[in-house]
Amino acid sequence: MKNVVNVDVKLGVNKFFVDENNAHIELVENPDSVEFAKLIAACPAGLYKKDDDGSIQFDYAGCLECGTCRVLCGKTILQKWEYPVGTFGVEYRFG
Amino acid sequence: MSEEKFDAIIVGAGLAGSTCAYLLAQAGLECLVIDRGNFPGAKNMTGGRLYGHSLEKIIPNFAEEAPIERCIVHEKISFIDEERCTTMEHTTPVATDLESRSYTVLRSKFDQWLAEKAENEGAGYIPGIRVDDLIVRDGKVCGIIAGDEEMEADMVILADGVNSILGEKLGMVSQVTPHHCAVGVKEVIQLSKQQINDRFGCSDNEGAAWLFAGMPSAGQMGGGFIYTNEDSISLGVVFGLHNAGTTDKSVPQMLEDFKNHSAVKPLVEGGKSVEYSGHVVPEGGYAMLPKMVADGVIITGDAAGLCLNVGYTVRGMDLAIASGAAAAKAAIKAKEDGDFSEATLSTYTTELTNSFVMKDMKLYKALPEFLDNPRMFNEYPTMVTAMMNDLFTVNGPSMPLRKTFLPHLKKVGFMNLIKDGVKGVRSI
Repeated sequence: MKNVVNVDVKLGVNKFFVDENNAHIELVENPDSVEFAKLIAACPAGLYKKDDDGSIQFDYAGCLECGTCRVLCGKTILQKWEYPVGTFGVEYRFG
Repeated sequence: MSEEKFDAIIVGAGLAGSTCAYLLAQAGLECLVIDRGNFPGAKNMTGGRLYGHSLEKIIPNFAEEAPIERCIVHEKISFIDEERCTTMEHTTPVATDLESRSYTVLRSKFDQWLAEKAENEGAGYIPGIRVDDLIVRDGKVCGIIAGDEEMEADMVILADGVNSILGEKLGMVSQVTPHHCAVGVKEVIQLSKQQINDRFGCSDNEGAAWLFAGMPSAGQMGGGFIYTNEDSISLGVVFGLHNAGTTDKSVPQMLEDFKNHSAVKPLVEGGKSVEYSGHVVPEGGYAMLPKMVADGVIITGDAAGLCLNVGYTVRGMDLAIASGAAAAKAAIKAKEDGDFSEATLSTYTTELTNSFVMKDMKLYKALPEFLDNPRMFNEYPTMVTAMMNDLFTVNGPSMPLRKTFLPHLKKVGFMNLIKDGVKGVRSI
């Protein structure tokens, strides 16, 4: 691929107020890999990742609160999906 | 507690919520809008285009004072494959009829303006509060719960967006399934006003709306879009979520590849990326509409699945505004009657049914199925761009056009062409 996307750079220009004490999205333990693969592909913020050694990673900071993961896996590998508590999360300056 | 009771509490300060608040306050109702963002608009995003007609009816000549970006005068539609791009362009002067105009908007600014309008009419706004649940007594919605606080109202209007958790809690909205929605991602890329004018052939205040079918969504249901703002471009990709897992390409990568396509790259060259956003688009159409009214509650906008993807136009905001207005009408009548039951509030659904909202939703009810055809986003874009390529390539003796074109048509299959043609015509 010519230009491999770096989502972190894209997210870097956004304004976020991360709620450090409260994850608004939580995965189940040992999530099914087929389900997880959907999220790796579809999450606009690229928050669902698989390392070279096969281990999976997820970080709710950087979430755009779109609900894609909830639509895809809300009933399978997500054990919690809420909007961030008021005032927290992404703040669009353009939208 | 009863002294503190509002006539209506509106959850969500988007276009549906603020339109409703504006009209309720104007009619003298005590209403309160609660939003989880730090200001109205902080959580809201759009691809970029507002068809003005529904807001025009509520705030005539709104574009004079509202922070709109540009009025659309160039319509472009492209078939695009990995390398080539065939575009149809339609240019028209700014419509003299205000209701026929459409505008590019950025929601953070636009929604703040609409909220201010509502506030000036007397609506109350509480930003920075997430509504967690609703107070329900004897099957009637009587208020909202946020953290350990409760607020009472004669009725609640849900304008809480596509992931209407509150609508689900009431059992009115079923959770959006991958089959009935798409994810949209967008980058706002800053350029100078003059650069945009030059690159898109626009004058100041006038702009382009451009949709792309084919490679942006990796040959699956969806597409790419470009909207020109005053001094930025909204560039994005929409991807049908039922196809998640069928392509190796991630959604952010789709956007990146689209941005780097030879037809797009020069348009954004030198621009500065200033924001990256995402949103789920309810695309289920008429078949997926939820129960929208119950005792003490009305559901509006995206939360009610009011969105229309017709392929060449994508609409949600004008429907949201009209639904907010319809909800206000129902709430005002309920207040007059002193009755907030489902029966009285169903003025809302009657309003919607008699308005363009339901008429259009019904008119295009066959479209979601028609568009969910991989040929639309794969074979056809390649067919068209390849035909155009042959048409415009001279590298020796030319062939008769029918001989040049036939192989491309054959590739897709004549039966498929006829079938999709007939189905397409029927669904619009």
